[in-house]
Amino acid sequence: MDKMSIRMARNIILVFIYSLIGLAAINYFHKEEEPNIKLESLKNKYAIKDSSTVDHSQFAELQKEFNTPQEVTSACLSCHNGTHKEIMASSHWNWERVSYIEGRGIKSIGKKNVLNNFCIGAESNEQACAKCHIGFGLNGDHFDFNNKRNVDCMVCHDQSETYLKGSSMAGYPDRTVNLTDVAKSVGSPKKSNCGACHFYGGGGNNVKHGDLEEGILGCSREVDVHMAGNGMDMECTACHTTKHHNISGKLYSVSSDNTNRVECESCHTNTPHHYELLNTHTAKVSCQACHIPTYSKVNATKMSWLWSDAGKLKDGKPYFEEDSLGNHDYMSIKGSFVWEKNVKPEYVWFNGTADHYLLGDKFDASEVVVMNKLNGSHSDKESKIIPVKVHRGDQIYDKKYKMLIQPKLYAPNVGDSAYWKDFNWETAAAAGMKRIGLPFSGDYGFAKTEMYWPINHMVSPKEESLSCSECHSSTNSRLANLNDFYLPGRDSNEFLDAIGRYSIIMAVMGVIIHGLARVFSTKLKLDTAPSMATGDMKD
Amino acid sequence: MRKEYIYKRFERFWHWSQASLIIFLSLTGFEVHDSIHVFGYNNAVMYHRVAAYLLLGLIVFAIFWHFTTGEWRQYIPTFKKLKDQLRYYSVGIFKNEPHPTNKSALHKLNPLQVLTYLSFKFVLIPLVVFTGILYMLHKHIDDNSIVVISNIPLDSIAIWHTFGAFMLITFLIVHVYMTTTGETVTSNIKAMITGYEEFEPGEEEEKESKKKPTLAS
Repeated sequence: MDKMSIRMARNIILVFIYSLIGLAAINYFHKEEEPNIKLESLKNKYAIKDSSTVDHSQFAELQKEFNTPQEVTSACLSCHNGTHKEIMASSHWNWERVSYIEGRGIKSIGKKNVLNNFCIGAESNEQACAKCHIGFGLNGDHFDFNNKRNVDCMVCHDQSETYLKGSSMAGYPDRTVNLTDVAKSVGSPKKSNCGACHFYGGGGNNVKHGDLEEGILGCSREVDVHMAGNGMDMECTACHTTKHHNISGKLYSVSSDNTNRVECESCHTNTPHHYELLNTHTAKVSCQACHIPTYSKVNATKMSWLWSDAGKLKDGKPYFEEDSLGNHDYMSIKGSFVWEKNVKPEYVWFNGTADHYLLGDKFDASEVVVMNKLNGSHSDKESKIIPVKVHRGDQIYDKKYKMLIQPKLYAPNVGDSAYWKDFNWETAAAAGMKRIGLPFSGDYGFAKTEMYWPINHMVSPKEESLSCSECHSSTNSRLANLNDFYLPGRDSNEFLDAIGRYSIIMAVMGVIIHGLARVFSTKLKLDTAPSMATGDMKD
Repeated sequence: MRKEYIYKRFERFWHWSQASLIIFLSLTGFEVHDSIHVFGYNNAVMYHRVAAYLLLGLIVFAIFWHFTTGEWRQYIPTFKKLKDQLRYYSVGIFKNEPHPTNKSALHKLNPLQVLTYLSFKFVLIPLVVFTGILYMLHKHIDDNSIVVISNIPLDSIAIWHTFGAFMLITFLIVHVYMTTTGETVTSNIKAMITGYEEFEPGEEEEKESKKKPTLAS
């Protein structure tokens, strides 16, 4: 063999080795997906359902006719004779909780006294709102929170699925309920128990949360991987673990503290992915942000509520209208609504603490009033990006005192100042503000408000979690509004990019001009020399 | 006709691997920058990292090679004939004048190339490599793991890294064009592929080559 062909052979071998290395690299970095051991062991753990070994239906104490719900509670307490103390320490009972709010100090706040931009507030409307109080008889400011007979055990523990709180009955059960059947059925709370209140907040299914609604019951994995009927079918209490009736997890519509929270990481750890680059995200990005691409997957949720539209009457009577999905989009008693289904969340930084609009807070009416401010920022090490539903609306405020008004909405009868009966904002505002002990000037308007609902449920199967470019994109990043940090793909320095483009264009133009000048000035020496491979080089 | 072995095997391997890695890194990198869409963002990030490690490895070998073979001497800057070289590219080349400097295994680079490649090796590559490493290790990890780099804001790292990328592409364009200014349009590229470069003997050159016999001839 001559030199030339040796060299050729060598080159061929080099190319071969090179390709081999390339193939090896591709093979190395494209592994078949391995089973996620962490996830599989969690699945095993939660596949086994707790079943109670106690059958309440056989207990002698429950073998009788119950005429009042308090009799049932007494029967419960005759065995569980200290349990009411646990209940009475809970915010489900007290509707308020002592917490520290930065800039305000220690406050006792909760459903009792915090305003929202749905039905506004409970005070003066307890008779109706107490449908979701775990007690009997909360209908004003004189409820005895120390009377253990008024604890409603059944609403959480009924397993007959027949228990139902009456409408505007101050928390008493509906008259159709067979208390004896319910009492015999009691057991550990199921989704339907929690959902009885948490699905229907704001006056209807999925009005408030967007990620908690009756569509979750028996849903598919696409709706919620954890609670799916064809999946793990986990109960609320699987994650919202409970000790002594202190249920973990909290809702920041009324909560403020970064304590007793439920976090995905408690089970899934903060390194749940095989791919290390995804795991590094978990320091700044909540699991929910990527794994809940949309919420309200089954039924629509309320995105907007304009109280300023309320009060229109037809022939002197209140009426309602429905949108294409069959949801009320106008009600004389409440105003106009916008409903949406399969909603993409908005995203905010959140460190687990929140501030709230508290009664009496003054504001500038040109600004949007934030009902619950979720604290956080990129620079805060505790903060993560979380998905939220933002509910926007307007509601009545006092133009002179520059504060939101707690109106009296509900009363059983006309002429008792309730807006839902009289459609008179002035008397409703006066009655509500009198009840909470704040002044009302008589001059009212409607202030724009926003409320933030962290989205934690309706986790999608992993195949449907967000792809990188949902956020890492300069054109329609989901994080377009979070501008306090540099996000690769979304952000760029316009000045630098302009310089870069200019530099490349100049280079291309330069070589073209230089090349053309060479062509025209001289004849370029093209490959006139004999090729290497042909004869005369062999010597 | 003079034919000379200029580029050794490792040198050619290094050159072409580096070239392909830089082109690949530009493609994937500008996809991460959301300027182009080729591989998909997820893949682009992954490939960019893999290629970055390969380039780092290659650079280590190249540095080793430069020192063990003494090839680093090729890069000792000289201003001798720099002016002639500049004049050649701006005037002489259009008049069919001969190259002002001769290429040989001992003098592969003309004075302008020396300066260009020196700044490539000492400014551009270190810039992208250093910012690239910072970028790659830039993560905020919570209590259970180590915080590697968190105090340098990512935007300043990213901006310098992107700047380096733009400069590399600019270099690449001019560099590729300059290869056509050899004896023939393709003689330089052929030399970088085979190692051998052909020179058509001009009068000057013949004298020179008689004075200084080169390695391969």
